[in-house]
Amino acid sequence: MTLTSADFLPVWPEILLLAMVCVILVADLFLKDSQRGGTYAMTLLTLAACALVTAASARPDVTFAFHGMFVDDPMSDTLKIMVYLAVGAMLIYSRSYVALRGMYRGEFFTLVLFATLGMMVMISANHFLTLYLGLELLSLSLYALVALQRDSAASTEAAMKYFVLGALASGMLLYGVSMVYGATGSLHIPEVASRIAAGKANMTILLFGLVFVVAGLGFKLGAVPFHMWVPDVYHGAPTAVTLLISTAPKLAAFAFVIRILVEALGNKALFVEWQPMLMMLAVASMALGNLTAIAQTNLKRMLAYSTISHMGFLLLGILSGTINGYSAAMFYVAVYALMGLGTFGMIMALSREGFEADQLDDFKGLNRRSPWHAFVMLLLMFSMAGVPPTVGFYAKLSVLQAVVDAGQLWLAVVAVAFSLIGAFYYLRIVRLMYFDEPVDTHPIQSDGVARLLLSVNGLAALVVGIVPGWLMALCQRAMQASL
Amino acid sequence: MTSTPLLTLVIWVPILAGALVLATGSDRNAGLARTIALIGALAGFAVALPLIAGFDPTAHGMQFVEFTPWIGRYNINYALGIDGISLLLILLNAFTTILVVIAGWKVIESRVAQYMAAFLVMSGLMNGVFAATDAMLFYVFFEATLIPMFLVIGVWGGPNRIYASVKFFLYTLLGSLLMLVALLYLYQASGGSFALADLHKLPLPMGVQVFVFIAFLVAFAVKVPMWPVHTWLPDAHVEAPTGGSVVLAAIALKLGGYGFLRFSLPIAPDASHALSGFMIALSLIAVVYIGLVALVQTDMKKLIAYSSISHMGFVTLGVFLFERMGMQGAIIQMISHGFISGALFLCVGVMYDRLHSRQIADYGGVVNKMPVFAAFFMLFAMANAGLPGTSGFVGEFMVIMSATKINFWFAFAAATTLIFGAAYTLWMYKRVVFGAVANPKVADLEDIEAREWLFLGVLAVAVLWMGIHPAPFNEVLEAPVSDLLQHVAKSKLP
Repeated sequence: MTLTSADFLPVWPEILLLAMVCVILVADLFLKDSQRGGTYAMTLLTLAACALVTAASARPDVTFAFHGMFVDDPMSDTLKIMVYLAVGAMLIYSRSYVALRGMYRGEFFTLVLFATLGMMVMISANHFLTLYLGLELLSLSLYALVALQRDSAASTEAAMKYFVLGALASGMLLYGVSMVYGATGSLHIPEVASRIAAGKANMTILLFGLVFVVAGLGFKLGAVPFHMWVPDVYHGAPTAVTLLISTAPKLAAFAFVIRILVEALGNKALFVEWQPMLMMLAVASMALGNLTAIAQTNLKRMLAYSTISHMGFLLLGILSGTINGYSAAMFYVAVYALMGLGTFGMIMALSREGFEADQLDDFKGLNRRSPWHAFVMLLLMFSMAGVPPTVGFYAKLSVLQAVVDAGQLWLAVVAVAFSLIGAFYYLRIVRLMYFDEPVDTHPIQSDGVARLLLSVNGLAALVVGIVPGWLMALCQRAMQASL
Repeated sequence: MTSTPLLTLVIWVPILAGALVLATGSDRNAGLARTIALIGALAGFAVALPLIAGFDPTAHGMQFVEFTPWIGRYNINYALGIDGISLLLILLNAFTTILVVIAGWKVIESRVAQYMAAFLVMSGLMNGVFAATDAMLFYVFFEATLIPMFLVIGVWGGPNRIYASVKFFLYTLLGSLLMLVALLYLYQASGGSFALADLHKLPLPMGVQVFVFIAFLVAFAVKVPMWPVHTWLPDAHVEAPTGGSVVLAAIALKLGGYGFLRFSLPIAPDASHALSGFMIALSLIAVVYIGLVALVQTDMKKLIAYSSISHMGFVTLGVFLFERMGMQGAIIQMISHGFISGALFLCVGVMYDRLHSRQIADYGGVVNKMPVFAAFFMLFAMANAGLPGTSGFVGEFMVIMSATKINFWFAFAAATTLIFGAAYTLWMYKRVVFGAVANPKVADLEDIEAREWLFLGVLAVAVLWMGIHPAPFNEVLEAPVSDLLQHVAKSKLP
């Protein structure tokens, strides 16, 4: 087995990122606390450089590397650029937040970058082992990040739960993958697909494996009934980390699901098996997520349940089983990441030293304290609820369209009913901000760049909503070229 | 015709003016915000005027058509166009916006910029609803109006505003989400088009038509509102500030009636015919039963709210008679109701600003202190009761006449409104305006000032003009109504 230079071309962004993590890791040792800005700048520059390299090397076709272990297709390029943007935005939002909580250290940045690398590997994996490698790199970095605030009991508890349940999920997934290997004799995704298509696979074993694989994916996405970790982790983790967990990894998880369920196990014979499984997960997630979110008084917990319901919607797109549906799901996840960034960014913007603005009541009367913050949050909440003209509506629209197109009209009606319930708790935030008098009267202190980015983020929810065509077309093209 | 995108201006001038008003920020600049808002509202009306000049009442189909691809992925287009029905509603809307800005001029003192901006944005969005000829564009505008209305009720409303605003939002959202599913189904059935013209032509089997009809019915019935999904309206009206009530009554309720004419009837004509008996029954229940409910109200705003529901029953009745005069009457009734209910809410607002009470029992003998106001109030009360010579008479009379042709008992039931309407309106009027001065607060009342003169005077002219000379309205409605009836008469069963 030899490697040629052609093998390295598609992997450039990953290599660059890995090299830079090592540089940052070492360089940070020589920086004093007051010079930490250097690490911050290097991290952002690394992400920007990766984005440039990914964009420059993007090709409209599919390229394989390392003997088919790794794939570079338009879907992966698009998702990776979204990941860089999300991680970059997360760093900008959380700068003063982490600084005030003693987490503004080298570890934070290197762990974030390692997590990013894990996502990139997941997105570009073309082999079950590569997928697993990426997933574990991401997960381990996230476990450490959740526990980064060492003296916080809640964080430690969250990290423990995340780790134990995450390990369980990885175990399930691996067990399922081993069955797939047993049935098909390969872990190489196109190979698995072609053997199934040729009828050379043992369907009983394959189905047995499929159940475990879907359960593993359900865990990673946080879909009901594998959602137990989500509220605790979202709640317990420092908000900066919650922001990271709830945005960029969802993009990677989307790619993960596409690679496994669609590319490897997308055969018609298997599709009819996993479609009803996802249907159950989706309906249960939308139901439990939306209903439980109503009862929450902690915003981070509420958003955790809201994420669960959004993942249900995402699954709707995937289970429609058409390119149309997959691109709708991709659009949905991109929009979700945009909204999640802004919402958690807002929590951090309103937090200050020794105070977390994570209770619903902390948003009371925000319109009195800062009309602009309230307006941005209003846009984000209506977008989450899926009310036009915000972008969240188009995300729901495209997924529902795919579902109706697939002939599942009843599923669309169910989804619509639950999004009505969902609207209630997003509306509650707007209600608190606009209709109530403020309890907390401290001036809002957030740094200028973060504030600017927050404005851009909130307005993006509106502007992309007024002109959503390009992003939909982007997702559509990426999926069409990749599958 | 010039190529000026008039409809785009009609939609976006108020919205941009709203954004500008919002940019004036805090209440320190309240004066500036008010001025910009007024200019914006006037500009919004001014750009709507060329529509009258350029409108050809004899032409069939849509006029001032604009078309720009919007979301290519789903073949959704920024497609605009109006016929006589839309024209009247757009004008009513642009006109009402000016009144609302003037009505809120002094009364609203906190967060002025946000208040004014909400109304301007809403005005633009409503124009968008009436001008859209692409179903998804319609839906986007239709839904987007919820956001400013929600804020208006919740921020500037009365004591129970939060309950009312959330109820308003969720009720209307429930309706429109089902409509969304129906639209997606039609999109698929039509092979990928949201254009209204395509959906109108699309043949559909009966079962599907009934499903589509019911999904639309939920959306529009909540907006109209029809009995029994009307319960959000009294709450929303009572708690909303005066401007909110006016826009809600004058414009927002028309979205439902307009939706029936533009969506339900032409897209599902066979189901509309099949279910017309059901619709007529619901309409008559609204007319009679809600009229009786209005009789026992002790809160003036609630009374007018129930009276609105009862009068809107005429609209749905007229629409589902499938008869030219009835349908024209229904549309005339929509416009007239916009003037009258708007005026009545403004009258209550005038009193509320002075006394901070809406209870009938707190008033009495107002005429002694506010003779000019009492005269205006009298006119609008009479119009609400359907006095000939006022706009309230025209629409109701046309609908009743038309109902007589179909079935005497429909007409009989509908005609009871002339009695009940007179009863609850005039009884309220008597208790509030006449009699001895009820309490010292009433004794301190001062008559209306120039600003109030202005909006009540303009509305009085409108109500009388439409009552005495309704011909121009009918003329504009002739073509679209006959087209619609012809279209609906043909079966769309495959």
